[in-house]
Amino acid sequence: MKLTVNGQQHEVDVEDDMPLLWVLRDELGYTGTKYGCGIAQCGACTVHLDGEAVRSCQVPAAYADGAEIVTIEGLGTPDAPHPVQQAWIETQVAQCGYCQSGQIMQAAWLLETNSAPTDEEIDRVMSGNLCRCGTYPRIRAAVKAAAQKMQEA
Amino acid sequence: MSRAGKIARRTFLIGSAAIAGGVAFGVYMVSRDPENPLSRDLGSDEVTFNPWVRITPEKITLITPHADIGQGVVHAQAALIAEEMDLDLGQFETSFGPPSPAYWNTAMAVEGAPFRSDDDGLVAEATRSFLGGVFKILGFQGTGGSSSIPDSYVKLREAGATARETLKAAASAEHGIPAADLTTKSGHVILPDGTAIPYTALADRAATIEPVTGVPLRDPSQWRLIGQSMPRIDMVAKSTGTQTFGIDLTIDGMVYAAPRVNPNRGPLNGYDDIEARAMRGVKDIVPVTNGIAVIADNTWRAQQAADAVTVDWGTGPYPPEQEDHWKEVAASFTEDRLDREWRNDGDVEATAAAQPIMAEYRAGYAAHQPLEPINAIIRVTDDAVEVWSAHQFPRFVQQIVGGVTGHDAEQVIFYNQFGGGSFGHRLEFENLKLAAEIANQMRGTPVKLTFSREEDFAHDFPRQIGMARGKGTVLNGRIESMDIQIATTSAARSQFSRLGLSMPGPDGQIVSGVWNAPYMLPNYRVRAYAVPELAPVSSWRSVGAVTAAFFGESFLDELIHAAGADPLEERLRLADTPRAAAVLEAVGEMSGWGRDPGENRGLGVALVESFGTMTAEAIEVENTERGIRILNVWAAAEVGTVIDPVNFENHVQGGVVWGLGHAMNCEITYSGGVAQQTNFHAHEGMRLYQCPNIEVRGIELSDRVHGIGEPPVPPAAPALANAIYAATGQRIREMPMHHHIDFA
Repeated sequence: MKLTVNGQQHEVDVEDDMPLLWVLRDELGYTGTKYGCGIAQCGACTVHLDGEAVRSCQVPAAYADGAEIVTIEGLGTPDAPHPVQQAWIETQVAQCGYCQSGQIMQAAWLLETNSAPTDEEIDRVMSGNLCRCGTYPRIRAAVKAAAQKMQEA
Repeated sequence: MSRAGKIARRTFLIGSAAIAGGVAFGVYMVSRDPENPLSRDLGSDEVTFNPWVRITPEKITLITPHADIGQGVVHAQAALIAEEMDLDLGQFETSFGPPSPAYWNTAMAVEGAPFRSDDDGLVAEATRSFLGGVFKILGFQGTGGSSSIPDSYVKLREAGATARETLKAAASAEHGIPAADLTTKSGHVILPDGTAIPYTALADRAATIEPVTGVPLRDPSQWRLIGQSMPRIDMVAKSTGTQTFGIDLTIDGMVYAAPRVNPNRGPLNGYDDIEARAMRGVKDIVPVTNGIAVIADNTWRAQQAADAVTVDWGTGPYPPEQEDHWKEVAASFTEDRLDREWRNDGDVEATAAAQPIMAEYRAGYAAHQPLEPINAIIRVTDDAVEVWSAHQFPRFVQQIVGGVTGHDAEQVIFYNQFGGGSFGHRLEFENLKLAAEIANQMRGTPVKLTFSREEDFAHDFPRQIGMARGKGTVLNGRIESMDIQIATTSAARSQFSRLGLSMPGPDGQIVSGVWNAPYMLPNYRVRAYAVPELAPVSSWRSVGAVTAAFFGESFLDELIHAAGADPLEERLRLADTPRAAAVLEAVGEMSGWGRDPGENRGLGVALVESFGTMTAEAIEVENTERGIRILNVWAAAEVGTVIDPVNFENHVQGGVVWGLGHAMNCEITYSGGVAQQTNFHAHEGMRLYQCPNIEVRGIELSDRVHGIGEPPVPPAAPALANAIYAATGQRIREMPMHHHIDFA
């Protein structure tokens, strides 16, 4: 199968039903995308597939064939962070940080589709992403800060 | 107290402990400092002044030996050193360093001593001093009990001050200028003419002189970093997917392993792996204690094949059905299971009130389940074992892994990793033992073992299970007596037994937060009962206080309501220390206590001291058509000194979310000896939409600094139960509460 990850083309030989998560992590080394539950309950594995936020643990490799994938590493970098990542850094959201790749990918997708989400819309879109450390108050603040940044940009 | 006085007291203690049949250590052993592990492989142009600072011509490395499991303690440790060393954030690298007795925890024993934190009487101080000495001799390096900051606060500033003054001495020797005429700034020694010499350029010279010791610490008014909100040094990496956790590491030639181990902790009677062996990518299937592990070329393939093995599990060591666990707990309020009577003020038996108020409480098992599943990479050779994983007890990792592979602890090289959460889970060794067993069967090959979430749930050692029975009386609008009995299994005893140790004395955690409740009740008795081990349990963020304080602060609230008093005003009237009054007054003010919250709304409050920190929380809830909605939480904690206000707030908010989420809907129950909750759908915790506004205030009253990792957890559940009562009139006496009420 062929897929494009963060603008780079890859060809991998895997089973049709291997979840995209493991293609990314173990076959291609994109370890910013995290394994948390394997059953779409935590959101740690969230990536963008052809512009949609998806749980990569639920996407079979065959479905991702030919797709354009963006992972946390492709959203922005330490030197050139995406506005959502910038807002996460300035708000100091992370504690352990393990869920934050997924949180950020979910938030970036939210703000691409809705540049000024209400509190209710943030709650609805972000509640599939579990944070065991309990950084939710800062996630809310960072989503709003990022929305502001993106509107001003 | 004078130095001589301290030494004399320590001598007395150690002497009397020896007489009492305790461990006998000479004064010399206690006063001698362990070897600095950084001096082992030092180049001639490199220097180390103490176990926390290493400088080469290229870079400055600060050693942060406390495990970082999300609490930001790498940053906090580095900031304490950098404060006195005049380093800016960004001018140094950090490393967890090698496991070493030099990193013995000076505070864990102190905070764990069974005395109220404001008790500085002779017995309390003497016991703390003795326990501290024991930890030093044992070289007990550990992260836990909210002790990292109390342990590091003075020690690491002294390490930074020593480094700074020694670098000045080196510059003095090199330039012939008296050290008193030199200053330091931003990683440089500044000469009187303004010339700035980087610390790194002084490494080789500094290596030739004796470290300057006994440097006085700066007055807090001079601090540049401590007390300020600092950009945490791991924040960029954790926001860009570039922070590597143990689960992300790759070692050349590595294979991937997935475990399948008897979930009821019994033996493996037999298995059939013919089908699994034929699956793509499978390299081998090997036996491990109570199970098997699949070795493959990819984590998912290993997991798939592990699931395809047909297994015959033997029965486990504890009652298979949950109801039998509850029966055992309920049967534990007996004289022979009395662990200790911890408090007996006045006489609870001789009360004037006619009708006692009685209530029974219970709290089930709950899982740790940090979001990064437990994992480890281990490579075994004949001469050494290398281990990559995140762990809170590095030297036990060496001992336990070496025990599995047949190596000496010193031959085990442990590279600690950032942990994706822990909450107590990374105090245990299941992943390390299993990875060591597998790697030992394929020496030379690095083995990366990753637990699936389901395996992780099955092998988690949950929070203790427990019950409480309260009996109290009220008279003339006040509480006359409160008599509470608490029976739980013991996390500490369970953990000690897995380390091959037995725990001396009673387990103060069973009644933590209740025996030391800061209240002046005329008649107050607290008795702890030890339930014999059922399912093995372990320290879960805030350990005993999470269950004990739920019982104690809820029952106290029942008595206050029965007396017709106000829950906050009455606690304030009963408070027997300025710290308790301060946090109560703070949440009273923050919440606007006393206002009418409106229809279907109510406020509750709870006050708990745990791990030396006094914390009060007030909670406002609304009873909606879809259930209880938690609207607001106001939390105030007295910790002596707040190191970083942003990280402090983040901790308290996280602790509140942890406490509330699990109180709402999380428990582990057993059937057939197996935990019935296998993933987050059945043990969910709090989701973002349920998260209330959480306002936080840090209060600085005490001389000693206290931790903040765990103390925000225990007040959350009772404050919630008390708020639900205020809003609905329904008293919830069980965790998780969703058995009795819905949450919106």
